[in-house]
Amino acid sequence: MRHLLSAADLDKDQAVKLLDLAEDMSDVNDREIKKLPTLRGKTVVNLFFEDSTRTRISFELAAKRLSADVINFVAKGSSVSKGESLKDTAQTLEAMGADAIVLRHSSSGSAHRLAHTDWVGSAIVNAGDGFHEHPTQALLDAMTIRQGAIKTPRGKDLTGIKVLIVGDLSHSRVARSNLILLTTLGAEVHVCGPATLAPVSLVPVGRVHFLLDDAIKLVNPDVVMMLRVQQERMSASFFPTEREYARIWGLNKSRLARLGENTQILHPGPMNRGLEIDAASADSKNSMVLHQVRNGVAVRMAVLFTLLSGEVG
Amino acid sequence: MTGNYLLQGATTTTGEVRDVVIESGLIVGKASTGTNHEVIDCSGLVVLPGFVDLHTHLREPGFEQSETFASGSRSAAAGGYTAIHAMANTFPVADTAGVVEQVARLGEDAGLVFVQPIGAVTVGLKGEQLAELGAMAQSKARVRIFSDDGNCVHDPALMRRALEYVKAFDGVVAQHAQEPRLTVNAQMNEGALATRLGLGGWPKVAEEAIIARDIMLTELTGSRLHVCHVSTAGSVELIRQAKARAINVSAEVTPHHLLLTEDLASGYDPIYKVNPPLRTTADVEALREGLIDGTIDVIATDHAPHPKESKDTDWASAAFGMVGLETAYSVAQQVLIDSGKSNFERLGEVMSSNAASISGLDQQGRYLSKGSPANLTLVDPNNSWSPQLQTLSMSENNPFTGIEMRGRVRHTIYNGEFSYRDFSIKQKAGS
Repeated sequence: MRHLLSAADLDKDQAVKLLDLAEDMSDVNDREIKKLPTLRGKTVVNLFFEDSTRTRISFELAAKRLSADVINFVAKGSSVSKGESLKDTAQTLEAMGADAIVLRHSSSGSAHRLAHTDWVGSAIVNAGDGFHEHPTQALLDAMTIRQGAIKTPRGKDLTGIKVLIVGDLSHSRVARSNLILLTTLGAEVHVCGPATLAPVSLVPVGRVHFLLDDAIKLVNPDVVMMLRVQQERMSASFFPTEREYARIWGLNKSRLARLGENTQILHPGPMNRGLEIDAASADSKNSMVLHQVRNGVAVRMAVLFTLLSGEVG
Repeated sequence: MTGNYLLQGATTTTGEVRDVVIESGLIVGKASTGTNHEVIDCSGLVVLPGFVDLHTHLREPGFEQSETFASGSRSAAAGGYTAIHAMANTFPVADTAGVVEQVARLGEDAGLVFVQPIGAVTVGLKGEQLAELGAMAQSKARVRIFSDDGNCVHDPALMRRALEYVKAFDGVVAQHAQEPRLTVNAQMNEGALATRLGLGGWPKVAEEAIIARDIMLTELTGSRLHVCHVSTAGSVELIRQAKARAINVSAEVTPHHLLLTEDLASGYDPIYKVNPPLRTTADVEALREGLIDGTIDVIATDHAPHPKESKDTDWASAAFGMVGLETAYSVAQQVLIDSGKSNFERLGEVMSSNAASISGLDQQGRYLSKGSPANLTLVDPNNSWSPQLQTLSMSENNPFTGIEMRGRVRHTIYNGEFSYRDFSIKQKAGS
């Protein structure tokens, strides 16, 4: 594996191996000295054309725990409007000796483009491209789901596990990558959201639901993944008001009570409390949000290790 | 400077093998005795009316890093064109008599192909206020086609007025059919692939809704409408129905929409980013059928050169557009001749005479009728080739690069002289 651009880059074997490796990395995070010498002398560049402090910090920590040098390049606002070209920026950073570029960009396909042109030779990790994909998010979600559902997770896939993804699926790179990866791992993935935001073509017939109450009843999910609602969707008439959204698609106390006792609740963060998820659900024992954050570091360590040490796959 | 030529043993569009004689720039029936003719062996070549492109972006004035009259004219001559229509979206915009006359004069100076300016419908292509269409029509450039191409004349009241207004001078409004509110952030054909790629979808209805509206407005006003770059099966059907009701509408299709499909977007290479976007195989089939059965009148290139920096980017940042002058004939041959579904007479119509008649160019598209100015293209239907990235255009946004093609332009004769001969551009005297 030279790059990680899409969840579709991974077959089931590779995905399980990566998750197992992430478990090993997670053990490192439990040690008193949370550091491995593996990537000493390697340089990882976090090239973020969109602000995302959480993702950037997670990648930064992952690289540092593997002893890599880390450079953060955050181009605020729209790179396009400022005339900053992806090509020039990436080439500049590589000229300074980058071995891997972790790219966050508002344009779908930008990571793919960086990997498939002659612009740079570095390993590319897609840390979110437009409405397209965010594969390390899907890996950390898969790791969280596997830990929550299976006692001895190493070596296992997600066969038989039912996942319900709720919210703005059309504009969600998190949803896209999860749909691909969780399906690869054998899970049964359902989606639910307003018809204006449901990417019907991505999901098999019968697994798209419009109303959350119906979906909970029909699917009886083991995992509910709530997506963040973006304010700008409302102004573009994808749905009328926040109140209406929360009423029909928000996870609240009454819906929580209708979920199974061990149903995991995931959210990629940051949460809009009171919109797509209420406080009772966000703080319940079923909430896996902090596990997700923790697993994020481990998964990104596994990915950087795999790409830069030349081992696995 | 016009010479006398005898094109020996050329095959006509009806399959007759005969000599074609040109004297002092005109087609004559028989070689005059006592006149010396340069004899050119044309065996195996099909002689066609010189091609007329209704939709060329020459970029000059204003965007000379993409194309100039000199480079665009060379590319046109190499593609078999004896006339091209320069789109109005230059800088300054071709929205006054002064600019269109300047465009016509620059075309004359380049001298390889007749350049007919298209005038903007609205001032600055802004869609707010009619440009002085009458002045452009009555100028030396005698503009008949008006278009805001690149932008849609989306205000229905303004479109109605434009259609009514151009009737006074037998004008036609060439519409870029794109409902702007349905294409906010649109990047490629809407559908399962766009959803998977995370690229903003461009619904077919954004094109079809405007075409349907404009057909009704054309009927209401009794005017003349031309639809630019039709890209969907639904659009073909709308135009077919309008023609059946004798509404005065014509339509063009581009070579790329006849050949390429949306799948090419999968690799996020913006060389395949174009407006309107590449569609599906079903659309390509409907466009081909419409071209063959007469629903679509013209193949127009929408030749849209862009410098490398406009395409060497991520998909969303890249410019829309493709070059196409030098490959249009080969695509036309594939669709009409090699498919076994049509013939060279139809090819001559869609590549030349229909466009000439839409634009009212009486010196073009007249083929071999005696006394006509010799604007002819000779093609070798059996020449197999594959286009290079670098063409005679200044720009390299060539999506046809490396595709195996059959049929190639060998000579182009513009106003009785070779502008392109044996695959080479005529060098200007003294240069």
